[in-house]
Amino acid sequence: MKDLMPSLPRRLAVTLALPVTLIAAWWITSADSQSFYFPPLQTILQTFGRLWFSPHALSDVGPSLWRFSVGYLAAAFLGIVIGIPVGASRNLRNVLEPVLEFLRAIPPPVLVPVLILFTGLGNEMKALVILFGCIWPVLLNTVAGVRALDEILGETVRSYRIGGLSRLWHFVLPGASPQIFTGLRQSLSIGIILMVISEMFAARDGIGFVLVQYQRTFAIPEMWSGIIVLGIIGIVLSLIFRAIEAWLLGWYHGLRQSQRAG
Amino acid sequence: MPVTQATRVRARLTARTFIWLQGLAGLVGFAMLLEIVPRIGIVSPDYLPPFSAIMVALFKEMTTAEFWTALSDTLEAWAIGFVISVVAGVAIGLAIGSSHLLRSLTHSTIEFLRPIPSVALIPLAVLLFGSQIQSTLVLVVYASFWPVLIQVLYGVQDVDPVARETARSYGLGTWAQIRYVTWPTTLPYLMTGIRLAAAVALILAITSEVAIDTQGLGKEISDTESGGAVAIMYAYVIVAGIIGVIVNLGARALERRVLAWHPSVRLDAAEAGA
Repeated sequence: MKDLMPSLPRRLAVTLALPVTLIAAWWITSADSQSFYFPPLQTILQTFGRLWFSPHALSDVGPSLWRFSVGYLAAAFLGIVIGIPVGASRNLRNVLEPVLEFLRAIPPPVLVPVLILFTGLGNEMKALVILFGCIWPVLLNTVAGVRALDEILGETVRSYRIGGLSRLWHFVLPGASPQIFTGLRQSLSIGIILMVISEMFAARDGIGFVLVQYQRTFAIPEMWSGIIVLGIIGIVLSLIFRAIEAWLLGWYHGLRQSQRAG
Repeated sequence: MPVTQATRVRARLTARTFIWLQGLAGLVGFAMLLEIVPRIGIVSPDYLPPFSAIMVALFKEMTTAEFWTALSDTLEAWAIGFVISVVAGVAIGLAIGSSHLLRSLTHSTIEFLRPIPSVALIPLAVLLFGSQIQSTLVLVVYASFWPVLIQVLYGVQDVDPVARETARSYGLGTWAQIRYVTWPTTLPYLMTGIRLAAAVALILAITSEVAIDTQGLGKEISDTESGGAVAIMYAYVIVAGIIGVIVNLGARALERRVLAWHPSVRLDAAEAGA
């Protein structure tokens, strides 16, 4: 047991060793860097502190996160709501599957120019781009999840005459949720990509816009600090996602583990 | 017996044809929807031309050299980036995965780097390479490397300890162990990684063309949008979608083929045959 669970300090050391080494290597090799594009890490971090620990940082990141949340949550909701009936009906599924596969296969960034036509350059466009890009993985995985529901459980639910909302809430949604979360996870990174490039392409605010401004004005340390902020946003969003998944799917992972052990 | 079997085969064929026809009906219905919606004015034809107009534009574009250059530029960037990611992902994955120490040392760094969105690298790529193909490759490789690496790492960890011990007691060397024990276990995971990476690589190739104007379909789409050639823009969107479908289907077919010996695929085939 001792070997399987190393002590906390040792685990910390193992976890931090490589990141610390890499950052130290970056710090040292860039310390007296004369290269225009690769300024010293020290300069980048000073810029980072100046730029992103100020009230004005909120006005850059806030709009991005707002548009992302609206688009992503709407996509999650619609994907599940549409996916359940499609997954439950064999005929509906057969008719719609090729269309959905096609829509899913369109690389979502092409939606940016398309939706600019419809809605101009406002907030709606960005939220809609994110919605249109994120909905397909959720929708298709919901369809697959509902389709693969346990048949015996389904018969049992039917013979107990459990129907309507309580069937949905206690049987369909939990049964399909592992697949739904697979879709939600795929959508998360697509959503972040779309959030950034819709702002790079056409916006007056947001992290993507700011990043491109720094690059175009050759404000290199500022640009690097923006890249770091974007990285942090990606990491934080994926941590939040994992926490929610662990909370809602805890029963499933526990079940899988005990099945494997047994 | 042969009679019932023949009937069964025929029944299955009709069932399959029926499903196929249903899918076709769905596609035709979708095309008709795209035709009718702008025609009766639910959406202005300035924003969404009727489907027939898009198709006419598509066939007209297909006679131009521009179209084929854009198509091959996109495919070239996709293919090079995809191959680099797969090769790097496999090599690094096998190296890290086969050592417990390396695995625990790199775990936190991989988990930290993976969620960093590749689009964060766009400004850097633009400064370093402008709108050359290298810019696209930076984004494509950064995005599609991770799924391959992660899947290979899962796969290597999944090797049956008994098989490993057996190989060792038969005196298999490191290479033979990788070839006959680790590789077959990893392959199904790798194929999942390859399937994900192929799709992600296409998304990032087009992203780079839309956002930083590297040559390809994405650039044609953003150019035709700003030039007001709406029907042509939709034609390119449809082409991008068709390429996406081909990439997805191709990756699935490859998976089936490479894993034909594997129980998961054999089981599928047996069920389909039953």
